[in-house]
Amino acid sequence: MAPFAIYTILGLGVPTAAVIELAFRSNSGKVTLANVRTVTHGVYRLGFENSLLISVISSVIPGILGLVLAYAIYTSRGSLLKRVVAAASGVLANFGGINLTFMFIATLGTTGVLTAWMSVVGLNPWNHGFNLYSFYGVAVVYLYFQIPLMVLVITPALGGLRPAWREAAENLGASSFRYWRTVGLPVLLPSMLGGMLLLFGSAFAAYATAETLTAGTVTLTPIQIGDVLNGNLISGEQNVGYALGFGMLIVLAVVMVLYILVRRRASRWLR
Amino acid sequence: MVDNPVVRNPGEGARVKLDGLVRMFGHTRALDGFSISIEPGEFVALLGPSGCGKTTALRVLAGFESLDSGSVVVDGKDLSQVRAQKRDMGMVFQSYSLFPNMNALNNVAYGLRMRRQRPGPRKAKASQLLELVGLADQASKYPHQMSGGQQQRVALARALAVEPRVLLLDEPLSALDAKVRAELRDEIRALQTRLAITTVFVTHDQEEALSMADRVCVMSAGRNVQTATPVTLYERPATAFVAEFVGVSSRLPVERIGDEIVVFGERCAVRGAEQAISSGTLDALLRPEDVAIEVDPSAKEFVTHRNFLGASTRLIVQVGEISIRVDVRSDLAAELEPGTRVRPKVVSRDVLVAPRMNVSVADVSANGHPAHV
Repeated sequence: MAPFAIYTILGLGVPTAAVIELAFRSNSGKVTLANVRTVTHGVYRLGFENSLLISVISSVIPGILGLVLAYAIYTSRGSLLKRVVAAASGVLANFGGINLTFMFIATLGTTGVLTAWMSVVGLNPWNHGFNLYSFYGVAVVYLYFQIPLMVLVITPALGGLRPAWREAAENLGASSFRYWRTVGLPVLLPSMLGGMLLLFGSAFAAYATAETLTAGTVTLTPIQIGDVLNGNLISGEQNVGYALGFGMLIVLAVVMVLYILVRRRASRWLR
Repeated sequence: MVDNPVVRNPGEGARVKLDGLVRMFGHTRALDGFSISIEPGEFVALLGPSGCGKTTALRVLAGFESLDSGSVVVDGKDLSQVRAQKRDMGMVFQSYSLFPNMNALNNVAYGLRMRRQRPGPRKAKASQLLELVGLADQASKYPHQMSGGQQQRVALARALAVEPRVLLLDEPLSALDAKVRAELRDEIRALQTRLAITTVFVTHDQEEALSMADRVCVMSAGRNVQTATPVTLYERPATAFVAEFVGVSSRLPVERIGDEIVVFGERCAVRGAEQAISSGTLDALLRPEDVAIEVDPSAKEFVTHRNFLGASTRLIVQVGEISIRVDVRSDLAAELEPGTRVRPKVVSRDVLVAPRMNVSVADVSANGHPAHV
């Protein structure tokens, strides 16, 4: 326990405390609310709004798709398929950054392989409003690691659904649809929400993929933090970067509290 | 449990006929031509060792398993192709089948909700059913807040709420501790008797089957080996399998003289299935209560173990190379310590027999003891 506590304090506690403290200091070291005020207006506020929106999009859609995929795999008879998908999900859920960006550019970029193939049949997505290097392009790329992450998170919950519940419902006259509406989904809902909150946190904090894909042209809070801290685009506003970090901490703290609450309910039902 | 008019006494439970059921799982025949007829209002237990097909038979009846051949007929109507939702049967599962997202009241009301009964009447009926199973004060509790025994009572109320034609009990007591199991056993039987609902009860516990059922169906390898009342099953088992599976018996090779056998040097009448009695060489299947012992320092037989069971004590007595079990009153067992020489004798008027198993007649001496004693 002690090593873990030391690790947590040094790796999480101290940096968090430093971010919070510096968010309330001016460049000269004086205590101030100016940084926090700055990040609640203008382009920084837009960054938060975009980050929240992309996080919602890339948690709800992969949340639903991941659940459907996990259920299809869970109810399939092939044990090999289950093992392969579990292993692949473990890898793909952690696949992001420059590698992922390059993969998507090579596939769905203006001269990507898939784009070229689709052009042959007259379905070039770029001619139909698609832009990989836009806000929604980032959302599409996020699906790549968010869906496997949802599969990893929701599969144990599916395993907690007892066959006897379904049979009892059938025995009492419920159709498959009514079983899912009255028992299956309500029981899974806390785990689903928990999984989606995890996806939300993952998307909200993602930096490298969005930065390398859009070269910073999409206004997202993690990219703004990068800009103010490395000083390439904006200099002398490091403490505004800490205030942005402080804002992200608040959002993620809320997400974590919600996650703990819904997990508590899920574990009570599915133990 | 209390008297409660909520579940109408049907007076006429359904008549169930399972005919020639065959169910394959891959190359395994879980049911191999299983047949049984169950009278209206009858309580029948399916008893057998693990893998004998008893749960599969129940699941076929419930509609959870399809059939490779055979038929399920209830009140003259063939239900073989009818889905589980439409069979009108109430089932209590082994354990943990209550819906975790609903309290006890809503669990009991679930079947009525699926039948689109309005909230008012269905909650009133669910409340009365909870009262019926003695859990009126637990209506708002969720399954994880209740004990195993309480959960199974709620499951029973839930199954009865839809007034099923047949009640199916799939080892409902197996996950409970001994005291709760005994209580619930009596309560289920009393309720079933009062409601006169045709009931099929799956168990591997012979004590449960014998104490609860009107008739017990002993199953082996997917077949109905014998269906009879508990007394008949115990006293007149059709096969050695039934004799050894139902109740406790010790198998002892014996010599046959005409219509009698020689056990512990004395001639005894025999009982058992016709084919068993007519076979050439026999084993005696001695129930613990068939044998009495008296201390005799000159005897070759001796006590090896002594197990206190409460009112009685079970002794293991070594007879040659065979151990037999003998029950004696506990107050008389004090002096019968392991190592005590005893002389056994048969006290029942006749002895259950089965065809000889794996021991040649030459191995048995004239006094009924194995020759190597």
